[in-house]
Amino acid sequence: MNIDTKVIELRFPSCSDRLKLIRAVICSVAGMYGYTTQDVEGMVLAVNEACMNIIQHAYGQECVGEVILEVLDRSDRLVFRLTDSAPPCDRSLIKSRDLSDIRPGGLGVHLMQQVMDTVEYIERPDKKGNIVEMSKKLPHREGV
Amino acid sequence: MEYEVTTEEKYTIITLKGEVDLHFSPAARKQILKFLGKKHNVLVDLSQVEYIDSSGVASLVEGYKLARTNGLDFCLLNSSDAAVRVLKLAHLDQIFPMYLSINEYLNGS
Repeated sequence: MNIDTKVIELRFPSCSDRLKLIRAVICSVAGMYGYTTQDVEGMVLAVNEACMNIIQHAYGQECVGEVILEVLDRSDRLVFRLTDSAPPCDRSLIKSRDLSDIRPGGLGVHLMQQVMDTVEYIERPDKKGNIVEMSKKLPHREGV
Repeated sequence: MEYEVTTEEKYTIITLKGEVDLHFSPAARKQILKFLGKKHNVLVDLSQVEYIDSSGVASLVEGYKLARTNGLDFCLLNSSDAAVRVLKLAHLDQIFPMYLSINEYLNGS
């Protein structure tokens, strides 16, 4: 059984002008855990992309809902959990697309999967929204 | 994000600066499409881009596709390491024509 230690929790409106702030928080938290610069950049990108998906696709427009970001220390990994209160989406439809089809859009899921070790879409127990959970294995445990 | 536009006889350079994310990429997209709509060859200078997400990349892809449809050039100039890393993750680094300088573009086009 995994025991999570909450590192931080943020609640913010689903507005794109908050993304810069979220990126700064993720950069600081990931940096604290000793990840490489490349890994930190990847985690910043993945959380940003997940937030974008919530704003653009789950809520469908800017600033109409709330996003909860939790960062959890789970034994050998950091977990980034994003929860929204948008209408539940069909999780089977969320997947990376064929990148040989050069067209704008649809890259977010691919980028998240590229830089994170796991990306999971989880049903909210109360069925009043969506949860995406991403994790990245910790480089080491010393100094944390 | 800020941007600068430099228009010459044969091309327009749009220099994007800072963080090109969902909040600011619509402004970048608007400039790219505006000059392609005027039948300019467009070079997007990414040397001062510190961060770009998939919405920014989508603006570049849209410009690239519109330029190809209209027989125009759409190139990336001086891409920063941060921009190149995301383009590589998206498998687009081999798709966009990329130049290190305007002279390289002029000599190669």
